[in-house]
Amino acid sequence: MKSLCIFKDRAAGGVMFFLTIASILVVGAMAVGLVVKSMPLLESRPLSELLFSSEWKPLRGEFGFFPFLAGTLWVTGIAIVLALPVSLLTAIYLVEYARRRVKSYVFPMLDILAGLPSVIYGVWGVLLIVPLAGYTLLTGGIVLGVMILPLLVSLLVEIFSAVPSSLRDASASLGATQWQSIKKVVLRKTSPGILAAVVLAISRALGETIAVLMVCGNLPEVPHSMMEAGYPLPALIANNYGEMLSLPLYEAALMFAALILFVVILLFNVTSRVILYRVEKKFAL
Amino acid sequence: MRAKFIEEKTVKALMYLSTAIVALAVVSILWTILSKGWGAMSWDMISKLPGGGFYIGKEGGFLNAIVGSLYIVGTSAVLGLLVSIPVVFYLNVYLRKSSRLGYAARLACDVLFGIPSIVYGAFGFALMIYFGMRASLGGGIVVVTLLIIPIFIRSMDEAARDFPREILDTAYSLGATRLQTIRVVLRQIAPGIATATLLSIGRAIGDAAGVMFTAGYTDSIPTSLSQPAATLPLAVFFQMTSPIKEVQNRAYAAAMVLTLIILVLSIGGRLIMNRFSKNKLS
Repeated sequence: MKSLCIFKDRAAGGVMFFLTIASILVVGAMAVGLVVKSMPLLESRPLSELLFSSEWKPLRGEFGFFPFLAGTLWVTGIAIVLALPVSLLTAIYLVEYARRRVKSYVFPMLDILAGLPSVIYGVWGVLLIVPLAGYTLLTGGIVLGVMILPLLVSLLVEIFSAVPSSLRDASASLGATQWQSIKKVVLRKTSPGILAAVVLAISRALGETIAVLMVCGNLPEVPHSMMEAGYPLPALIANNYGEMLSLPLYEAALMFAALILFVVILLFNVTSRVILYRVEKKFAL
Repeated sequence: MRAKFIEEKTVKALMYLSTAIVALAVVSILWTILSKGWGAMSWDMISKLPGGGFYIGKEGGFLNAIVGSLYIVGTSAVLGLLVSIPVVFYLNVYLRKSSRLGYAARLACDVLFGIPSIVYGAFGFALMIYFGMRASLGGGIVVVTLLIIPIFIRSMDEAARDFPREILDTAYSLGATRLQTIRVVLRQIAPGIATATLLSIGRAIGDAAGVMFTAGYTDSIPTSLSQPAATLPLAVFFQMTSPIKEVQNRAYAAAMVLTLIILVLSIGGRLIMNRFSKNKLS
């Protein structure tokens, strides 16, 4: 009886160990799958041509990803420039100043913002932002900026709350105003965490698909200003995947687009998560 | 007044402004979607399948998308729970706090959570081609399950981390094996499991990029796992791009249904969390 219990305990441990390992291996499986699938393209053309050529003519076998990379960089850049100051100030307000009552209204709002699906942001963008700014990179940037707000605010709130209040008290006792304490103590202490949060938000913005696809205009040319239409990478994949099978190398090209996204986002995520774990640990002691 | 007080006032004003912007964004999105959707809503929309000439503005509704989404989300949520509960239990009961494996698994889940759904979709589609499958309900379920497992694991793990270890010691001292403590652990983190489930369902039901190629789209309700299935976000997306006004209206109505579902899930999650924190031990 007793040995049966122990056997069950061990067996269940084995199964659970396997499941845990499997969830780690999914990351590797994705990497391998995407590399294998984009191999035909990678073997036939040098990487520099793929990344920096702006000729996108799949029918003639020309696959230059630069227009899409530029589009992605534009919308992500605009989104972060718009969202960072707003979320930084909101997070500071929520942690340092806001009363309980205010928090009890703002946090559920952030919840809703975080929960709304991409396609809803897309509809909102088409109905409200497109009439003002057209189907352009700017519109895409604004919509994305609002989409990453909840993620940024909640990460920043977590980081700021981790700073022990004794540090703030020490600063206040030296005659600093509340904002001076925040600027000189809280922000300085948490700067690695803030950086990590921004990098996470950037990687979220890089991968957003449907909303961006709906508002950016999807023109495969290198954009020169934010008032032009653009064609970010995720939109390229989503728009073309269904009909790619007839063209040689086209599937590999779309897989390569997914691979670029995967690699960049993986790197960004790993670094920022590791930094965030450290920040958490540092203040927990 | 000294400069530092002026600075304090200015920054404070900017903070109010920023918080107001966040509130404005929420109100504006909800208002846009709900007011547009309300005007387009009718009973037929949610109770009928697309009829003949649906896409040139004739009669019918998007019941196919509602049912398709429910099939995919319901099945994925159950599968997700079945995989993630053992993982969370293993991470928190079998492994020590400082375990390297635990660190790696948590990092992997956080990273997977960050991988965009379009990459999951592309990866899933490549796998399906490899195995000779076509876009189908089954394919959609697999991809959505993969998509939500990291969310399940991480949010349940957060709940499990907070729970008092002394309870485990008590169970051990009564002669329980680690496996036998699962009932105690599950009861302790039940509210965490509930919120994790709501979060995952919210993410699953709103996901469009992942199911686009893997579940496909159809006008009928699938009767087996190998048939394609329509989903709500794609119903919004496809009908939104139509030039015909009636079809666009359906997109707005579908967007409203989707938004209402998300609102209910989000408010429900808050309620459970508040309830839980009131009754919490310690």
